[in-house]
Amino acid sequence: MEHYNMNLTLKVWKQKNKSERGRFETYHVKNISSEMSFLEMFDVLNEQLIEEGKEPIAFDHDCREGICGMCSMYINGRPHGPWHGTTTCQLHMRAFKDGDTIVVEPWRANAFPVLKDLTVDRNAFDRIIQAGGFISVNTGNAQDGNNIPIEKEKADQAFAAAACIGCGACVAACKNSSAMLFVSAKVSHLALLPQGVPEKKTRVLNMIAQMDKEGFGSCTNTGACEAVCPKEISLDNIARLNKEYLNAAAVIDK
Amino acid sequence: MTWKQLFTSSVGKKFIMALTGVSLIAFLIVHVGLNACIWANDNGEMFNKAAHFMGSTVVIRIAEVGLFVGIILHIIQGIVLELDNRSKRSIGYQVPLGNRGSKWYSRSMGLLGTLILLFLIMHIYHFWTPSRLGGIADIQPLPPVNYDGKEYHNLYAEMITVFQSLFVVILYVLGCISLAYHLLHGFNSAFRTLGLHNQRYVRIVKATGVAFSIIVPFTFAMMPISMHFGWIQ
Repeated sequence: MEHYNMNLTLKVWKQKNKSERGRFETYHVKNISSEMSFLEMFDVLNEQLIEEGKEPIAFDHDCREGICGMCSMYINGRPHGPWHGTTTCQLHMRAFKDGDTIVVEPWRANAFPVLKDLTVDRNAFDRIIQAGGFISVNTGNAQDGNNIPIEKEKADQAFAAAACIGCGACVAACKNSSAMLFVSAKVSHLALLPQGVPEKKTRVLNMIAQMDKEGFGSCTNTGACEAVCPKEISLDNIARLNKEYLNAAAVIDK
Repeated sequence: MTWKQLFTSSVGKKFIMALTGVSLIAFLIVHVGLNACIWANDNGEMFNKAAHFMGSTVVIRIAEVGLFVGIILHIIQGIVLELDNRSKRSIGYQVPLGNRGSKWYSRSMGLLGTLILLFLIMHIYHFWTPSRLGGIADIQPLPPVNYDGKEYHNLYAEMITVFQSLFVVILYVLGCISLAYHLLHGFNSAFRTLGLHNQRYVRIVKATGVAFSIIVPFTFAMMPISMHFGWIQ
């Protein structure tokens, strides 16, 4: 693809802290290379702001290779921007043209309060994982990998679900701010494997209870989450989560 | 986990929506099948007899109570869920995702449900009240008809009277369109909420859902239309 430079107008959400109201600010960036990543473009903008003596824009990022789940920008009305199956850090500026105006907002959900500018608090996800997204095993020498046979298809499905990086794009895209795609990926990835079976009932019940407590909405199967997920987590996981939940709720004895 | 915890959890609430939704879908099959008797072209005899059977059989009258419980639960739970889900995002987006991730009707189940509820109020007023309670206000039950020496309530004549008005026919067609879109998402979504993820069955449910959402509301819509334009003898 041919390399080109572009000038852009950015409308970015600025918010001092949790309690301040926040507003959109307009910025102009010049000579942005089409080879840059979206976050590198933000780095250029922030350098520019620092040089001008202004406060840089706060945004979340870490690995910048699409696997950590930290970046979280809602770009032109879509979490992680216009590309399918891509995180913001892997979005490149060739997705845009010279003269474009780009609107950048933080994830919007009451369960993800804005901390500053584009940074939101996603600890709710960590607390959901702590509620049951694990298996309890005694440590010691790792046993031979082939001790527990696993059907190849199930292993693949579990792996596909485990690809969830917990970025929260599903919540950001959902009209109900539901975290069901995230929770379903975490539940499915363990429920599909033999190691996850012993705790499968308490896991799903506790994780859903925590999800409700954190203030996420309920799932109405619109599929917006699946469409924007950078890891292409399937909506089937939500149906599996529903099944796991209803089965566990029907038989649990406490 | 207590029963209360189950039915007040987000999945539990959706479970009630799905269960009542599926039973309402089952009701639609009975309703559309029975009403299709108007096309027998026998001046309503088959239809009146069928309606009489439904109104006079104790099992069906008990099922009718179940139907009303189901529909009221579906309405109340729907309102609760809609309001609850709306409260989860206090500050909206400047640029909405819109149709890029989901179909408009899947996001408008509350609106479509409200339109269907408004339709239902009119529909119950037109037919259910006169046939069950002897009629109120301006719609009085018409004189009974006589088939083989037995008297039947003439619901067929009542349909003809109600569908004289083009305005009412238009409202009924709009009601059917709302139902079609409500079903187009609801049919499939109900089964997903009940935990269906086996792809072989998902494909069957999806195809059935689309066919059902088109055929049933279309058949319903054709009833007032064919009565208004005198296509039935």
